[in-house]
Amino acid sequence: MIETDQLTRRYGNLTAVDALSIRVEPGQVLGLLGPNGAGKSTAMRMIAGFLVPTSGAARVCGHDVSREPLQAKRALGYLPEGAPSYGEMTVREFLQFIVRMRGLKAEAGYRRYDAVVQQLQLEEVLGLCIDTLSKGLRRRVGLAQAILHDPPVLMLDEPTDGLDPNQKHAVRQLIDVMARDRTILISTHLLEEVHALCNRVVIIARGKLLADATPAELEARSRYHGAVSFSAPGSGMSQEMLGRLAQVAAIEVDPLDGRITVFPKPGARILEPVEKLLREQGLEVSEIQLERGRLDEVFRQITTGGDVAGGHA
Amino acid sequence: MSPLNAVLRRELRSYFVTPVAYVFLVIFLVLAGILTFYAGDFYERGQADLQPFFTMHPWLYLILVPAITMRMWAEEAKGGTLELLLTLPLALWQAMLGKFLAAWLFIGLALVLTFPIWITVNYLGSPDNGVILAGYLGSWLMAGSFIAIGACLSALTRSQVVAFILTALVCVLLILVGQPQVQDFFSGTLPRKLINAVAHLSMLRHFEAIARGVLDIRDLLYFLLSTLGWLAAGVLLLDLKRAR
Repeated sequence: MIETDQLTRRYGNLTAVDALSIRVEPGQVLGLLGPNGAGKSTAMRMIAGFLVPTSGAARVCGHDVSREPLQAKRALGYLPEGAPSYGEMTVREFLQFIVRMRGLKAEAGYRRYDAVVQQLQLEEVLGLCIDTLSKGLRRRVGLAQAILHDPPVLMLDEPTDGLDPNQKHAVRQLIDVMARDRTILISTHLLEEVHALCNRVVIIARGKLLADATPAELEARSRYHGAVSFSAPGSGMSQEMLGRLAQVAAIEVDPLDGRITVFPKPGARILEPVEKLLREQGLEVSEIQLERGRLDEVFRQITTGGDVAGGHA
Repeated sequence: MSPLNAVLRRELRSYFVTPVAYVFLVIFLVLAGILTFYAGDFYERGQADLQPFFTMHPWLYLILVPAITMRMWAEEAKGGTLELLLTLPLALWQAMLGKFLAAWLFIGLALVLTFPIWITVNYLGSPDNGVILAGYLGSWLMAGSFIAIGACLSALTRSQVVAFILTALVCVLLILVGQPQVQDFFSGTLPRKLINAVAHLSMLRHFEAIARGVLDIRDLLYFLLSTLGWLAAGVLLLDLKRAR
């Protein structure tokens, strides 16, 4: 479990993290989302015990990071931003250094080492210097380092940054498997990652917590939530008819590809009536889509201070 | 294995996988030899001891120890590995002590490798080997103090060059402060007592006492306490940086 209580960090006049209070339970994968410079990494550095908070507190598995740093650090696996590691060491040396630093006993240590090397597919690069590895491989070495002691709490700062789509998929699967009984906090600015990984999202900007919800709840805040979009040639007539439907709030046409999006009135369900109308008009519709909502739009609205339906959690 | 031990081993290894160790050892041994035999009048003195050899050590350390210690923390801060190291379960003092011991053992190895000079002097005459042993001990203790200064000042900055220059500066001050020329220079302006008190801070004075074969507890304490003091200051600096 990770808890932060009014966690605050100031650099001179700049407040990087402003009274952040979050609580992540076992089984949760919380995505910390925010624009660059929002304070994600600073918050994580305080939870990991690298930076001292200006005020407030952070706890890992009940251990206060300032008062019981060693217990907190033992419970935590942490991938710092940019996955730093000692470049002059080989992957094998580096991971064995971590095994020793984590105080793993010989046999258990070897077992975990083998398992992690296999999980992250590092067998072939064990003898290579970390300096010579690609960005993606270095990231995987960083991940291996973080999960080596099989920690109950995992904190990953942009875990898939620099990975190709296949590697991203592999890392997400790994996190998914680990998520079952662990507490996981990841920071990202990739919205697709939130869909793929997280069952909870916290959005911060300028150090402040702006939203705390499930991905689905966030999507529901989107203007596009429940909207119906379709492409149909020669649909000038039907637009007018659609506008007359009682449940419809607005209609937009994409100026580029002519795709029509129909927005519902709050709480209304419009897929069926729209479909029915189109059938009655005898229009050829190649495909029709019910929108779940667009996270990027919600993200933009929240982090730029725009109005968001539903208010803050 | 304890985390301190793991840090020590990693540091020591890193000396030898990068050219640092070999460059250092070669330069140290060559300079020690040249300075002893040419600048130190090893033969002309006609005495079977290693006094000229040990006299050169403070000046050798002045250049070479900062070269070893400058990367100690500055490199970690710059490369981001400091965040990794300090979020692993070890106390700051363990990391500091591990790094210090690695460097100290390394200098110890360099000293051991000067054994041909010891063999030479034993071949040429019959020196007091007890005094020579004391000289080695004093030299190693002095190296420890230099390393501790370097470790502390490397924690101050992300720049290895700055760490090098600051360390060399502090070390040269601590060497010179007890020299008669320096004392004479200040004797007109500063009270006698202050000059004498400051002179006791001189590395050279304590080192020379030990190298003469006089193991005074005060000289040993001087090196022990200055080493611990600088290391503690370094830990404090690192801790302050986390809060700044």
